[in-house]
Formats: sequence, structure tokens, C-alpha cells
Amino acid sequence: MVVAEVMRRTWAMTWKDVRVELRARERMNAMLFFAALVLFIFNFALGPDLSKLREAAPGLLWLAFLFTGMLGLGRSFQAERENECFEELLLTPGDRESLYFGKLAGNILFMVMAEALILPLFAILYNLEIWAALPGLLLVAFLGTVGFSTIGTLLAAMTAHLRAREVMLPLLLFPLTVPVILGSVKATEALLSGGGLAEASHWVKLLCGFDVVFLVICPLAFEFVLEE
Amino acid sequence: MGPSRVGRILGVLAGLCVAGGLYLGLVVAPPDATQGEVQRIMYLHVPSILTAYVAFTATFVASVLYLWRRDPRADAVAVSSAEVGVVFTGITLATGSIWGKSTWGVWWTWDARLTLTAILFTIYVGYLMLRAFAEEPQAAARYGAVLAILGFFDIPLNHLAVQWWRTLHQPSSLIRPGGPSIDLALLVPLLVNLAGLLLLYSYYVVERTRLERMRQRALALRLIRGRRG
Repeated sequence: MVVAEVMRRTWAMTWKDVRVELRARERMNAMLFFAALVLFIFNFALGPDLSKLREAAPGLLWLAFLFTGMLGLGRSFQAERENECFEELLLTPGDRESLYFGKLAGNILFMVMAEALILPLFAILYNLEIWAALPGLLLVAFLGTVGFSTIGTLLAAMTAHLRAREVMLPLLLFPLTVPVILGSVKATEALLSGGGLAEASHWVKLLCGFDVVFLVICPLAFEFVLEE
Repeated sequence: MGPSRVGRILGVLAGLCVAGGLYLGLVVAPPDATQGEVQRIMYLHVPSILTAYVAFTATFVASVLYLWRRDPRADAVAVSSAEVGVVFTGITLATGSIWGKSTWGVWWTWDARLTLTAILFTIYVGYLMLRAFAEEPQAAARYGAVLAILGFFDIPLNHLAVQWWRTLHQPSSLIRPGGPSIDLALLVPLLVNLAGLLLLYSYYVVERTRLERMRQRALALRLIRGRRG
């Protein structure tokens, strides 16, 4: 019963964010356009040499994922603050965990949607063969996104109340998510070089471990962040 | 107001111990058989990072205590210890870099431990920035405590990831199964320096905590006066 209640509240929170997005399309538009721009810029950063680009592909792909994801994370709580909805959020009955999980689910959803555009666009623009490795890539992308968003959602809630908040989120987020970034990039590298999931397995395990640890710690910590 | 009595004693002890340790390490101890004189930098390098670890552990414990008890004293210790820890991590990176230049031929390389220490440095610099940018003192304390706890749990994961990624640094010769693997002539100055830096750390934390407490009280007073109008 309790679980069902938390699920219901979580869903209400996520659905609210999705509905806001469906009406305003603020966040998704910015993320998608930014993602396309990042892919475009890589071309100038590395030159037209396709073999060089392909060598750097796993890292570039994740840079695009993470920068785009961070843009979305920053918006998730700033929008609440700008419209003075934070107090109302705090007044919602029930525990704070469902608030956190609701926000997290929304953030993961938006980031995954952006990735769904980035991945094929990246493959087309840089002539990459990703289709054979696709199932593995999707798994790694999902695990990496969950890890990044778990810490990201917590830090976004925290930095929304700071001065210089746009700067502080990446400054705190990237050092803490080094294991996720490293794990995701290395697993992607193994997959893109045709190694299959077996080759990427220990990185995938690390990603799973990271996700579990922070899925436990972050909701608990969230309670202290939201106190007013 | 000068330093407190405890602070003064710690300060004097730290000064003596560091001076003695450096004398032993830089003058008395024999030069390394293969690395030569430059190896002496280890007498500062290794104790620095160990002290930094102690500092960040103290920050973690004080942060948990703060969230639990809401005692501003715990928060004062947390921030003081983190600040001193960042300084010692900085010293570790700087001395390691100097040693690396003459031994490996490069100032920096992306070896596992170097990378880890750099990550540690960025996490806690971020911690100090977070506190500086918070709009009110209670928020700074709460956010800081949350970040310190998060960062502390992040370290083993970082360790694992970076270990798998690459390893070049010589393995630890001090903390390892089966006891230290270095000669007594080198071990003694190392331990004296370690004791010295730990004393120095305690001295800084005691004094910095006192300062932080004064700052907290000043802020509280200002708040009261503001309310009276």
C-alpha cells in the first residue's frame, strides 16, 4: 500500500513536469537545439578528418549527452523557483522522496529523449556504424543517464537556491560523476569497437553499482536540501 | 584576540615537529638509491595527502553530526577541516608535480592516483564554493553537509573507476598489507613529518573553527539587531 502511494505521488510529480513541457516546450527545445549545435561544433574542433572523429566518438558522444543533460537538469528546479512554485511543492502532502523520484524520472525522461536524437544524428553526421551495437549502447546510455541524473537532480535542487546557480551546477556535478562518465565512455568505447557487451561488462557493472549507491543516498539527502 | 591556549600549544608543537621532520628528511636521511635527492620531496608529499584524507574524513563525520544534531559547532569544524584539507591536497599536487617532472619527465600525467587526487581537489573546492554562494548561513551548512557526505561516498567509486582506467604511480609503500616496505632511516623522518602535519592540521582547524564560531555569532547578532529594527 505504501509503495503504491509513493508511486502515485511520484507519477503525479513526473506527469506535472511532462505536462508543463508539453505545453511550453521550453526545456526540450533548448536541449535538442543545443545537442545539434554541439554535434555541429565537434566538426570544427576536430577538423574534417573522419577517422580522427571516429576514434574520439565515444567521448564526444558522451560530452554531447552530458552537456545537454545538464542543461535540462538546471531547468528542472530553476523553473520552480522562478515561478515561486517551490513553496507549493514543499506543501504537497506526503514524503519528500516521491518529490525527488518524480523530478528524477522527469529528468531521466528528458535526457533520454535528447539522447534519442543525438545518437542517430551523430551516427549520420560522422558516418559511424552503431546499429550492430545498438542494444548495448542503449543499455549503457540508460545506466549512465540514471547515474548522472540521480546526483544531478539532487544538486539541481541545491544549486537552484544559490547565487551564480548556472555556474555552480556543473562545477559540483562533473567531479562527483567522474565514475559514471568514465564508465559510460569506456563501455561505449568497447561496444563501438565491436567488443559486444562481454567486453564492456565490468564497466556496466560499475555503472549499475554507482546507480544503486546513489539511488539510495540521494533521496535521503534530498530531505535535507528541501528543508526551509 | 590571539590564538587560544590549546591553539598556541598545538601551534608550537606543530612548528617543532615539522621543523624536526624536515631536518631529518632533507638533511639526515640518506638520498634514495635510484631517485637521488629529489626523492626527499616524499617527506612532505606523503604526509600531506594522508593529512588531507584525515581532514576530509573529519569533514564527513562533522557533516553527519551537523545534519543529525544541528549543532553549529559541528558545521564550523566541517568547513574548517575541509578548507585545511584543500590546502594539503594542493600541496600534495604541487609537490607531486615537481617530483614527477624530474622522475617521470612530465609535470602531470593521467595516472590513477594523480587523477583521483585531482578529483578530490575539485570536489572539495566545489564544496567551499557552494558554501560561499549560499544565500543564508543555515543553507550553506545544510548544503555543505549534504555535499560532503555525497563526496565521501563518491571517493571509493572514483577509486574503482580510475584504478581500472589506468595505473602508473608507484604503489603505496606505507599503507599496505604486511607492514611498511621502506627502510627505518626513511620511515622515521616520514612519520615525524606525518605527526608534524597532523599537529599543524589540528592547529589550523582549532583556530579556523574558532574564527568560524565568531563569524556565526556575529551573523546571529546582526540578525537579532535587524529584527529589533
